[in-house]
Order: sequence, then structure tokens, then C-alpha cells
Amino acid sequence: MKRGLADMLRGGVIMDVVNPEQAKIAEDAGAVAVMALERVPSDIRRDGGVARMSDPHMIQEIQATVTIPVMAKARIGHFAEAQILQALDVDYIDESEVLTPADEENHIDKWGFTVPFVCGATNLGEALRRIGEGACLIRSKGEAGTGNVVEAVRHLRTINAQMRRLASADAAEIYRLAKDLQAPLPLVLEVASTGHLPVPMFCAGGISTPADASLVMQLGAEAVFVGSGIFKSEDPQLMARAIVEATTHYLDASVVAKVSTGLGAAMRGAETSTLELRLAERGW
Amino acid sequence: MVAARVGVLSLQGDVREHVATLRSIGVVAVAVRTLHDLDAVDGLIIPGGESTTIARLLETSGLRFALGERLRDGMAVLGTCAGLIVLSRSIVDGRADQWSFGTLEVDVRRNGFGRQIASFESVIEVNGIGPVSGVFIRAPKIEAWSSAVTVLATHDDGSGPTPVLVRQGAAWGCSFHPELTDDHRIHELFVASL
Repeated sequence: MKRGLADMLRGGVIMDVVNPEQAKIAEDAGAVAVMALERVPSDIRRDGGVARMSDPHMIQEIQATVTIPVMAKARIGHFAEAQILQALDVDYIDESEVLTPADEENHIDKWGFTVPFVCGATNLGEALRRIGEGACLIRSKGEAGTGNVVEAVRHLRTINAQMRRLASADAAEIYRLAKDLQAPLPLVLEVASTGHLPVPMFCAGGISTPADASLVMQLGAEAVFVGSGIFKSEDPQLMARAIVEATTHYLDASVVAKVSTGLGAAMRGAETSTLELRLAERGW
Repeated sequence: MVAARVGVLSLQGDVREHVATLRSIGVVAVAVRTLHDLDAVDGLIIPGGESTTIARLLETSGLRFALGERLRDGMAVLGTCAGLIVLSRSIVDGRADQWSFGTLEVDVRRNGFGRQIASFESVIEVNGIGPVSGVFIRAPKIEAWSSAVTVLATHDDGSGPTPVLVRQGAAWGCSFHPELTDDHRIHELFVASL
């Protein structure tokens, strides 16, 4: 049952929003869901300090504003924050590396919840460990809050390459590959026979233009999360609509070209090789 | 006789499952994203997804009016979940500006069976088929319908039976997701009506 839930988000854009006004702009633009959080990742990066679950009041205000699903973030391993979010009836919980981890060894046992979870991954082993813990949706981590798509591309390509390797492995090699991936054997066997993840794979981390959305969709992402990229751009309304259209028509470059025209400035962005804080390294 | 070509509206949602279901019952399934795609199909499935997103993308892709015309001309159509909302005559308690085609004379409430956390699976008795497994995800609830609508299945969530599979002429609407199970009989029923 949990596996079907995230299918309804496919081909869509999930947007980070920090207040009801932004949530309304996102819904108007055609977002399939919003992620309610107090600060977008680029501000978390700038401000430093401990980043925690959002104030329930802020989440409830957003739930009252939009008709689309509302997601919210809990810290890695912080099952009490997840319990609170479930009690608030959020539609998905993102156990997210963007917040400060609460447990540096264990993630949340997601099977203990009825609300579906989304988790980040940088490679196939990490993705399958999260699915083994009960995640029903995997997103590439990318490097959140940078406006730089390079890490998301690295993660998608890594996961795809590792899945192709599994698909071509013979029966004896599978066990060693499962060991190398540090992933549950039943899930490794499933990927080897189907050629794809058992749950949808979305992309997050650094997407800030329609071209970025088209790029990651062509690399096999089934939907995109856009964090700082929309509300840190010059014209959020226009950017939101353009990314929604580019995600649907990602194979038609003439549509992507049309919606990319006259958008104003995208978020400024950061070179990832000089970053002091690498969020993608959080998660185990 | 040329085999029927059934389109799946491929703007957003669980398109892949519908395409796979159609292909497994031997139907030529085509992704529909443009006017050109729409012209080439004999019937259409509008999948599950987010109805506000699908409605917005129908406008930006220029499909809204062309599809509306095909629907008025009586093209066969099946809407599941969000697709049912898009085909309905009115949306109860939705966004004030959300439009729908009005092909099916039903009033639906978005997430009428509850939010994501209230998603459920239940055995549904379908007229002419028998029991099928119904997967309900933030499912819309049909709260009122005209006498022109044939109710093919109902579900009782404790507040009395409500229709979950309906037909009005060439148009079919379904609150749940027949495309998410291995039981293809609802798709077969729809395809047989083409």
C-alpha cells in the first residue's frame, strides 16, 4: 500500500514555502505539493545554528490555505518530531539532511508510522537502506540551498549507474554487490530484476531554472523538489510556472525554451567545491 | 478493423501505471501531451495526480478547449481520482477558481475520504464484474449526481454508501486507482465500451 502513495506526485514539482502567501503562489503555479518550512535551505545555510522541525502553527496555516498535499521536514533520527508531524496530519514527512541531524547513527523506523516518508540519497545503497526503513519516496539529495545542480546530477547518475550494474550482474555477483552497497538483499534482488527502484525517485538539491528541471527529468528523475530556487529568484511566480511546465514538457526543448524566456534572474547560487557545510554528507 | 488507440493524458500523475495496464490488455496506449497527440486517439484516460496541477497544465498546453470539444462530441474517457475531479460538473469546497469539464454530472469533494494519512484499500463490488480491490489515495468523494449518471459501484466509509465508479454515456469516473493493482477488469470494461 505505501508504495502507491507517491505515484500521484510523478511528473510534478514540489515547492518549498515558508508562509501561506508563498503556498498560494505555489498552488496557483501548478505545484503538486508544498514543503512547509520556516527557512528555505539557502537561509538555513546563511544563518547557521540548529535547524529544527517547523512551528506547528505555521504548518497548519499552510494546510488551511492550499488543497494540494503539504509536506514537512523532521530531523534525521528525530522520531518525536515525526510523531508530531503525523499528529498534525501532514501528507508526507521528509526526514531531511537540510535540518540538523538528531541521531548520527540511526534514521527513523518509518514502518512505525502511517504517514508516508520521503528521504534523501546520494547513491543506491543509501536509497535502499532508506526504503528498507520504510521510506516510500526517494529523492536525490543534491546540495540544498546552493542553486547549483551539480550534486543532484552526480547523485542521479550514481544511482542510475549502480542500478545498471545490478541489472547486468549474474546470480553470484548479486551478494557481493549487496555487500558493497550495504543494502538489504531482498531490495537489491528486486532492483536487479526490475531495473528501477521499488519506489519513485525524485530529484532535489540545487534546481533553480526550467533547464535544470528538464536536465534532471531526462536523467531519470520522476518529479522535482525546488527549494530556494523559486522564492529566491527575481520573479517567483513566473519562475514557479516555468519550472512546472518544463517538468511536464521536459522532452520538448521548444517548450522549455519558451518558458525559460524573460524569467529575470535565477537565485544567485554557490560554487559547491568551496562550501564549508555539506548537507548531503548527513545521513548514514 | 484498426485497433483502438487509447491516450493517457501525460501532463502529471501516475501515467506510467495506466499505460502499462492498457498495454497488458493488448491496447495501443499513447501518451497525450499536445493537440497533435490528442487528435490521434480514440479514447482518453485522465490519470490520478493533483487536479489543480493537471488543470493548470491543460491550460498552458492549449489542450483545455480542444479536449473539452472532444468530450462534448462524446469521446470515450475514463478519469481516475484527480481525473474524476477534472471531469466533474462541480468541485465542492475546492479552490474558488478551479474549473472542470462538466462531462460527468457529479459533484465531488476533493480529499473527501480524508488526507493522505487516511488513504486506504477496500474491496469494492462492481456491477457486472464482481469484487475488485480499490486503492483510495486522498480520494475524491461524489456527494451528488444527476439521474443521467449510472452508479456501478459504491463504498460506505461509515457515513452511508457513496458512488466510487460511475458512467454517463461514454464518460467513466472512478474515485479509486484501478491502475495500481494487477486486476485490469475496469480498464477492460472501459476499452470494451469504445
